[in-house]
Amino acid sequence: MAGAKEIRTKISSIKSTQKITKAMEMVAASKMRRAQERMRAARPYAEKIRRVIGHIRAASPDYRHPFTVERAVKSVGMVIISTDRGLCGGLNTNLFKAVLIQLREYQAQGVEVQLTLIGSKGLGFFRRLKLPVVSSITHLGDKPHLADLIGTVKVQLDLYLEGKIDRLLVVHNRFVNTMSQKAETLQLLPALVQDTNDLQDRWDYIYEPSAAELLEGYMTRYVESQVYQAAVENVACEMASRMVAMKSASDNAGKLIDELQLIYNKARQAAITKELAEIVGGAAAV
Amino acid sequence: MASSIYVDIVSAEGEIYSGAAAMVFVPAAAGELGIAPRHAPLLTTLKAGEVRVQPAGGGEEQLFWVGGGAIEVQPHLVTVLADTAMRAKDLDEAAALAAKARAEEAIKDRTGAMELAEAQSELLRAAAQIAMINKLRKLKRS
Repeated sequence: MAGAKEIRTKISSIKSTQKITKAMEMVAASKMRRAQERMRAARPYAEKIRRVIGHIRAASPDYRHPFTVERAVKSVGMVIISTDRGLCGGLNTNLFKAVLIQLREYQAQGVEVQLTLIGSKGLGFFRRLKLPVVSSITHLGDKPHLADLIGTVKVQLDLYLEGKIDRLLVVHNRFVNTMSQKAETLQLLPALVQDTNDLQDRWDYIYEPSAAELLEGYMTRYVESQVYQAAVENVACEMASRMVAMKSASDNAGKLIDELQLIYNKARQAAITKELAEIVGGAAAV
Repeated sequence: MASSIYVDIVSAEGEIYSGAAAMVFVPAAAGELGIAPRHAPLLTTLKAGEVRVQPAGGGEEQLFWVGGGAIEVQPHLVTVLADTAMRAKDLDEAAALAAKARAEEAIKDRTGAMELAEAQSELLRAAAQIAMINKLRKLKRS
């Protein structure tokens, strides 16, 4: 039985790999459900506060918070949210590709870029590019905590306040559905103006208490909710992407096993036929 | 429509209420605030208390409990950004009483200024919840 033993060991090794990928698929599926719930819960707040901040941008007030003032862009801060673990399909690769395209554009314009990296995959990738990394955090787990995230992003906020960066972007994966995730770039600072068609031309808010105090609170809430939302969404994407990747890995392993089984059966049949022919030949010779 | 104002109440845990209203009452930092359609643009903070929404075109008044937050008013739009919020009927009296007792306990054997401030704000929230539960009960009886 030439080669039959080798084929058998190969089949059993693929079978054990398949068991692992199946288990990972199921774990990812259950984690995805929870991550999705968390994402759905946080979404309305993030969207509404973005709208409010958009309105604040559109107002013509006496006092302007630094986070709402547009400046000429000489230097850009980027917060890149990636996963901590691999085996999740092309999720990180697609995200990094989108970032690289933007980086090239900024380089062509002679704009400096400072990075904040969340997730060890991003850290591993962008460290090689020799770009200034001002802060990073890894191993946040499946339930990112606001306190950890804010500490990391605060470095960029301080740079913004000092005028060292003129724009702050957050790059993360947007959860479209289980099958598709899209890399998305969100401009965090300065805040963007949003749907102003139903607003008057020149107006200002009544502030209660003072504008400075109020806006400070709004801005903190705004940044926190946007960063948290991006991180939570990225976790949901990670789980969905891993589930799909592991499912196709399990399917491929099944196909491979079927093919090898066929080859193994053929090899076994050929060996038996050969033995029989030898016996018959031997008997005829006597 | 000039006679209604759109209300969105969201908390960090999800969307609580969204719909047109004839009048909205919120616990602003400087006292209770009634907001009618075409109100001037306003930004302020909220303290723990109740938010009342009178739906446009009549209907029963909706009660919500918020544990502080912020509010933005536009002539046609009110956005309540609550730190925590729930529908009044989901309020749990036992949980509120327990929280109040815990906060009072913490104030009694205080160890640090930070903890004291935290306990005091916790106490205020619990007291606001209990006041609202009592009010709800009265409403039901009458």
